[in-house]
Amino acid sequence: MGKLFFYVALALVLVSGVIFAPEHAALAIHPMDQFNVASLTGGAVGTFAITNVTLWLALAVVCVFLLMVVGSSRRAIVPGRAQSVAELTYGFIYKMVEDVAGKDGVKFFPYIMTLFMFILMANFLGLIPMSFTTTSHIAVTAILAGLVFLTVTIVGFVKNGAGFLGLFWVSSAPLALRPILAIIELISYFVRPVSHSIRLAGNVMAGHAVLKVFAGFAGALGLFSFLPIFAITAVYALEVLVAFIQAYVFTILTCVYLKDALHPSH
Amino acid sequence: MASNTQDAAHGAAEAAHGSAPGMPQLDFSTFGNQIFWLAIALVAIYLILSRVALPRIAAVLAERQGTITNDLAAAEDLKAKAVEAEDAYNKALADARAEAQRIAAETRAEIQVGLDEAIAKADEQIAAKTAESEKAIGEIKAGALESVKLVAADTAEALVTALGGKADEKAIATAVADRMKG
Repeated sequence: MGKLFFYVALALVLVSGVIFAPEHAALAIHPMDQFNVASLTGGAVGTFAITNVTLWLALAVVCVFLLMVVGSSRRAIVPGRAQSVAELTYGFIYKMVEDVAGKDGVKFFPYIMTLFMFILMANFLGLIPMSFTTTSHIAVTAILAGLVFLTVTIVGFVKNGAGFLGLFWVSSAPLALRPILAIIELISYFVRPVSHSIRLAGNVMAGHAVLKVFAGFAGALGLFSFLPIFAITAVYALEVLVAFIQAYVFTILTCVYLKDALHPSH
Repeated sequence: MASNTQDAAHGAAEAAHGSAPGMPQLDFSTFGNQIFWLAIALVAIYLILSRVALPRIAAVLAERQGTITNDLAAAEDLKAKAVEAEDAYNKALADARAEAQRIAAETRAEIQVGLDEAIAKADEQIAAKTAESEKAIGEIKAGALESVKLVAADTAEALVTALGGKADEKAIATAVADRMKG
């Protein structure tokens, strides 16, 4: 039965490929157009203009609200589906903060939870066809990573004073090596926000661009468009995984950096 | 000059925006807009989470933990109570058994005392009766001896008289007394 459906679906794809094939198959691929920022009201993109960025950021906020507030509104002792997911997310991030950053990192839990929920929701919303992916923009991820970098640096100096500089002075290494290691550590410290932000934006952007490229092939190949369509299906599944993993990676790296600020000794 | 370079930069940005293969990510003219709305979104999510969602979920989790702990404690309590009840039952059983034994022993002792008393009384009565009887026998014996003496004296006197003698009362009494002794 399943096999029959598969062949019917395959035949439909082939027939539709024949029927809807463009008159003159042009390779019209614009993989980066999906990332364009455009004003929804028309006109220039000013600082306070309402754009597609505004729309999809607002949708991310709404999704967070729906899951975490509406989902947990029944306060049931035996949770329902939405409450289970909300509690699972809470427990997942709480345990991560506690395990990686330590007991005194727990007071940063709401902050880290904010980062995780935002990135997760933005990534998943970006997977809806025709949507706009806010986390594919360097401007957004750089702000997120910059916030983490600033927080970690300020917390490090407030908590440890000058002792925070011990993070760069590897006391377990031979004395002669320490200045060299200090320079390397210093560079790696300042590269952190760059890698932190570009990793997220790069992964999301690359996946979405690949989907668009395959979609362009599907439009151009006519009869054989089923091949890129299968590829799109596979890449989409991978992108769902990447959407979660990148949110997870961003969050756990934040916890690791926070641990450095709270306990700078190696 | 300054306005010239500004114009040039603006033109370049416009060109980047307009041309298809450019990266919209590097179109700096949209950065202000993105950062402004991102800040609002992050603050909104932070407030939603830290003011409402996280305390609520923490409370629910704590309440669930509390309920589970309470239920376990209650079960422990009931178990202890059951053990206590069993102990009390066993103790009551042992007490009842001891009480029964005590009552039996008491009753036995009471009966013994009554019995002893009755035996003593009976012994006393028997002794009294015996003494009375002995006295009566002694009396009867004495009475019999006296009678024999009288009869003997009378017979002796009658014999002496019949034989033609003169009965000397004093001599007869002495003779009878001698005979009676021997």
